Amino acid sequence: MTIKRILGLFNDFDQATAALRELRGANLPHLDWNDVTIKSPIEHPDVEAVLGVRPIAVRKWTLVGAIMGGSLGFLGIATSQGNFFSQLKGGKPIIPLPPDFVLTYEMLILGGVYITVLGFLVCAGLPTRVKSELYNTAVSEDQIGVMVKSNTHCIAEVRKIFEAHNVLSVQEEVVAS
Amino acid sequence: MSSVTLNGIAMPHVTEEKEKDIREDIAWAQINRDVLASLERPRATYWALFALAFCMFLVGVGCEYYQYNTGLGVSGMNNPDVWGLYIATFIFWIGMSHSGTLLSAILHIIHADWRKPIYRFAEAMTTFSLMTAGLFVAVHLGRLWQIYYALPYPNERWTWPNFQSPLLWDAMAIFTYLSSSILFLYVGAIPDFAICRDNATGWRKGFYDVLSLGWMGTDRQWRNFRVAYLVIACFLIPLAVSVHSIVASDFAMSQQPGWHITSFPPYFVAGALYSGCAAIITLFIMLRHTFRFEEYMTMPILDKTARLTFVIAMVWTYLNLIEYSTVWYGDNAVAKETLIQRATGPYSIYWWSMNFLGSVVPFTLIFKKLRANLTAMMIVSLLLNLGMWLERWMIVTPTFSHGYEPWTWNHEFFPSLVQWGIVFGSFGWFGMLFMLFCKLVPCVSMYEVKEMIFHRKLAKLHTREA
Repeated sequence: MTIKRILGLFNDFDQATAALRELRGANLPHLDWNDVTIKSPIEHPDVEAVLGVRPIAVRKWTLVGAIMGGSLGFLGIATSQGNFFSQLKGGKPIIPLPPDFVLTYEMLILGGVYITVLGFLVCAGLPTRVKSELYNTAVSEDQIGVMVKSNTHCIAEVRKIFEAHNVLSVQEEVVAS
Repeated sequence: MSSVTLNGIAMPHVTEEKEKDIREDIAWAQINRDVLASLERPRATYWALFALAFCMFLVGVGCEYYQYNTGLGVSGMNNPDVWGLYIATFIFWIGMSHSGTLLSAILHIIHADWRKPIYRFAEAMTTFSLMTAGLFVAVHLGRLWQIYYALPYPNERWTWPNFQSPLLWDAMAIFTYLSSSILFLYVGAIPDFAICRDNATGWRKGFYDVLSLGWMGTDRQWRNFRVAYLVIACFLIPLAVSVHSIVASDFAMSQQPGWHITSFPPYFVAGALYSGCAAIITLFIMLRHTFRFEEYMTMPILDKTARLTFVIAMVWTYLNLIEYSTVWYGDNAVAKETLIQRATGPYSIYWWSMNFLGSVVPFTLIFKKLRANLTAMMIVSLLLNLGMWLERWMIVTPTFSHGYEPWTWNHEFFPSLVQWGIVFGSFGWFGMLFMLFCKLVPCVSMYEVKEMIFHRKLAKLHTREA
C-alpha cells in the first residue's frame, strides 16, 4: 500500500483548527493521529490542544542534568582536593564544604542547562534536514500548515477536508510504496 | 485618543486606548521583511559605528601589545595599588551582562511581553559583555604566557587552584554564565534562523541552514522549545545572581577596609542590573536609528525600560546608602577613615560624581517628556553608565590607596595611559562584536513579535466579546 504525506497551508489558526477538528471527527480508518503534525510560525497551544496530549520529556532531561551536574561536580572537586596532598591546608579541612557548595551550585546549573539543551534537541528531533519531509517556506512567514501521513485513500479524504476549509495550497509526496 | 465617560461624567485623564507597545496591524510577512532588511542594508551610521569601534579596539590591542612586551609595570600598578582599572572594568562588564538575564529571563517568566522586540540584543549584550570581562582577567595577569599555571591538572610544579578562593569560584561562575548565556541566546534564535534560511540566498543560506538545525516549526518542536526555553530562563536567573554575588565575594571576603561588608553581594547585583538597563537604553536608541526599527523598538517600550531603570536605580541608591551607613556606624575605624578619604581625598571628585550620576541623575527619568526624547535618553543612559563605571573604580582604587597600614598609603595613584587605552579598547571590542552580531543575527526576534501581536489581538477580541 502506498503511504503518502500531505501538507495543507491555511491562512490562519482558526481555519487550521477547524480543519483539524473535522479531521478528528471524521474518524478516518488508517489514520494514526500521531501522524498529524502542525507547522506554524509561532507556537499556539490552543491549536496543539486539538492534537491531544503529546509528551514533553525535556523536564526529565533537566532533572537528570541538574542532579548529575551537581553530584558529579561535587565528587570531582572533592576527589581532586582529596588526592592532591601537596597543597598546604593550614589546618583547614581537606574537603572544605562551604566553597565546594558554591562550586557544586554552579555545576548543578551547568549540568541542568547543558542537558536541557541536549534534551530539547533530542525531543524536538533536531538537527534534521528540511528536505526530509514536506515543508513550505510560507510556514516561517505567516501560514499554518497541517501535515498528515497515511495511505492513498485516507490522504484523498484529508485533501477534501482541507479544501472544505479554504486551504491555500496543498503539497503531497510519496513516503513509501 | 478620546476621553472616557463614567456614569455620564467625562474622565479627561482616562483615555480609551493606551499608547501601544507595538502596532497590532503589522502583517507577519512585513515583520520578516523589516527585520531581514536589517541584515542586508543598514544605514551609513552602522558602518560609522563599526569603524569607530574597530579603531577603539586597535588602540586597546596596541596598548596590550606594549604591556605584554614591556611588562605589567607600564600599567602603573604596583603595591599597594595592585588592582587598577582592569579589575574595575572587569566588574563593570560583568555588570553589563546582567541586562540580558533581566530582560530575557525574568521578564519572560513573568510574561511581560513588551520585552519581546528588544530581548535579543540584550541577550547578545550579555554574551559579549562576559567575553569582554573575561579578557580583563587575562590582561590583568601580566605574564600571560604562564596562564597554564592556573589550570587545575596534576603537574610537576605542585601548583593547584585554591578552591577556598572566591577568584576560583569566579572563574567557574563566569564560565557557567557565559556558556549558558550563549546557549540561551542560540536556542531562542533557532526559529528566527529558520526564517533567515527560508529567505536567504548564497553563502547566507548555508550559514543559516546550519544554525537553524532544520527547524520547521512543527508542534513537536514548538512544544519542546517552549519548555526548554523556560527551563533555561529559570536556571539563568539564580545563575546571574550567583555570578555577581561571587564577584562581590572577591571583595567582601577579603579584609580590606571598606570591602568587608555583608551587603556587598546584593549591592553588586543591583549595580549590575542598573548598568545593564542603562546600556539597554543606549543600544535601543542606536539600533532603532541604525536599522530603522522604529516600528518595533517603540517609544512605549523605551518608556517602560526607563521606568524599570529608575526603579533599579533607587534600589541601588538604597544599597549604596546601606553600605555607607554600615561603615559609618560600624566599629571599624579604618574602614570609616577610608570612606572619609573617598569623600574628601584626591578621589573625591570621582566619588561625588559617582553618587551624583548614580543616584541623582536617574530622577530625570521621572519626567515623561524626557523619557519621550531620544537624545535626552541617550545622554542620560550614557551618564548613568559612566556613574556605574565610576562606582566600580571607586570600590577598587581608593581602598588600595588607603589601607590598614599608613606606610602603604599612596594617594597619588592614577592609572597610566596604557590602562586607559586597554579599557578604551574593550569598549571597541564589545562594540565590534555587537555590530557584527547585529549584521548576522536578527536583533529583533521575529517569531516573538508575531506572538506578541497575535496574543494582544486575541486578548482584545476576548475583551470585546466579554
